[in-house]
Amino acid sequence: MAILDKHKILETNATLLLICSFLVVTIGGLVQIAPLFYLENTIEEVEGMRPYTPLELAGREVYIREGCYVCHSQMIRPMRDEVERYGHYSLAAESMYDRPFQWGSKRTGPDLARVGGRYSDEWHVDHLRDPQAVVPESVMPKYGFLEEKKIDGKYIGEIMATNALLGTPYSDEMVEQAQRDFRAQADPDSDYDGLLERYGEKVNVRNFDGQPGVSEADALIAYLQMLGTLVDFSTFTPDASR
Amino acid sequence: MSKKSQKFEGDPNTTGHEWDGIEEFDNPMPRWWLWTFYATIIWGVLYTIAYPAWPLVNSATAGILGWSTRGDVAAEITAVEEANAPVNAKLEATELTAIAADPELNSYAVSAGDAVFKTWCAQCHGSGAAGAKGYPNLLDDDWLWGGSVEDIHATVAHGIRNEDSDDARYSEMPAFGRDELLEREEISQVVNFVMSLSGEAQDASQVEAGAVLFADNCASCHADDGTGDREQGAPNLADAIWLYGGDYASLTETVRNSRYGVMPAWNTRLTEAQIRAVSAYVHQLGGGE
Repeated sequence: MAILDKHKILETNATLLLICSFLVVTIGGLVQIAPLFYLENTIEEVEGMRPYTPLELAGREVYIREGCYVCHSQMIRPMRDEVERYGHYSLAAESMYDRPFQWGSKRTGPDLARVGGRYSDEWHVDHLRDPQAVVPESVMPKYGFLEEKKIDGKYIGEIMATNALLGTPYSDEMVEQAQRDFRAQADPDSDYDGLLERYGEKVNVRNFDGQPGVSEADALIAYLQMLGTLVDFSTFTPDASR
Repeated sequence: MSKKSQKFEGDPNTTGHEWDGIEEFDNPMPRWWLWTFYATIIWGVLYTIAYPAWPLVNSATAGILGWSTRGDVAAEITAVEEANAPVNAKLEATELTAIAADPELNSYAVSAGDAVFKTWCAQCHGSGAAGAKGYPNLLDDDWLWGGSVEDIHATVAHGIRNEDSDDARYSEMPAFGRDELLEREEISQVVNFVMSLSGEAQDASQVEAGAVLFADNCASCHADDGTGDREQGAPNLADAIWLYGGDYASLTETVRNSRYGVMPAWNTRLTEAQIRAVSAYVHQLGGGE
């Protein structure tokens, strides 16, 4: 067959082989990846998603810094056992403001995609301080130092501006008020009306770690208590084709 | 270098490749292998027709079988729910106190409740329900808010001191030290009195003064004799069972800064049948009233 004879040209010319291999991989990649950016059934819009508040965003930074994603996933797969254990399966839209997403790939600990509201703040403080005190069989390390480390949210506005540059809908006002919102969310005695106005009534405003001031534990617990709670699944009807 | 090839009669043709005199027979593929290969190609094409596959302009092809991951998991959950529907309906229709009397229903409720407990409750109350510091032991007969199956049901459904449910059980102990209701010396006296209720005071000379302070400040919730009040979730202080510790330092911390144990409301996450099942499970653990 004539076309197979031509193969000899490729096999004897390394540069040409490299170029053609690259072309093949490119086509394969385009066919598999590119449609995900335009197909309607991969871009599901759901109500309730909002950008993270400054405190939650700071908590997310702590989550990433401490490598929580190494042992905890944030991706409930559409399988019965996972849905029964963790709650409704994760939707793509629920990670829409995650840069980078925290789906993870390993579960030494449980999935955290819907951990929000599942435990009390006090439990989180106890558990971060000494996981074995509340879950004796746990192998999680201790993170008590987080509550010692006070943070002031000095740079949180800049992180939000960077996210805004990448497409997260943080308004100029949100960025300007970042540090104020940051402090307000961890202090129920403060004037947090602006925070609720900008991010919605459902934002948790509490002294998460039970201690004065804003610590990294405050930020992390604020983030964890929000996880998976933004979409109201009592009104959400999944489209089976997605 | 090259040697004359040693071909024998009946050998197949060579491919024409030759390296240092080594030639390669052009043997045909085994038929079974070749046909299997063709079959996999056909299978592959049919597979993309049957299942979601090809990306088009706005969406991908749905596949003629109409299969989807979401549909699959929904169908699986529906099947289990339908299978359990009669017994769940019966569980919801039966008086809470009558569940234990129906062996079949009770056995279902307890094992279903066990699964619910392991999934949702064990992280705080422990996988064996023995609790931890700050998280009540559910195995004993010492209850903060009541140990009847109805009380347990109300606690599970609405939780304690949370913002999720308006019917959550609520009470708040004053922070006697932080809010400057009692002096440091007075707190020490009260703590010694409380210790004397179930054991030995650290400093017996303070007990008498502590008793007076207790009657003025604490008895309205914890009762005159310190046996507590379940209406307010005020613990019994006379039974030597401690949620946050009964030593001098822990009690001082409790009186000074108060405690504020929170339990989430579960009626937003669990079905009524699940809540009833876990109530029945907790009730039969040993301390149910």
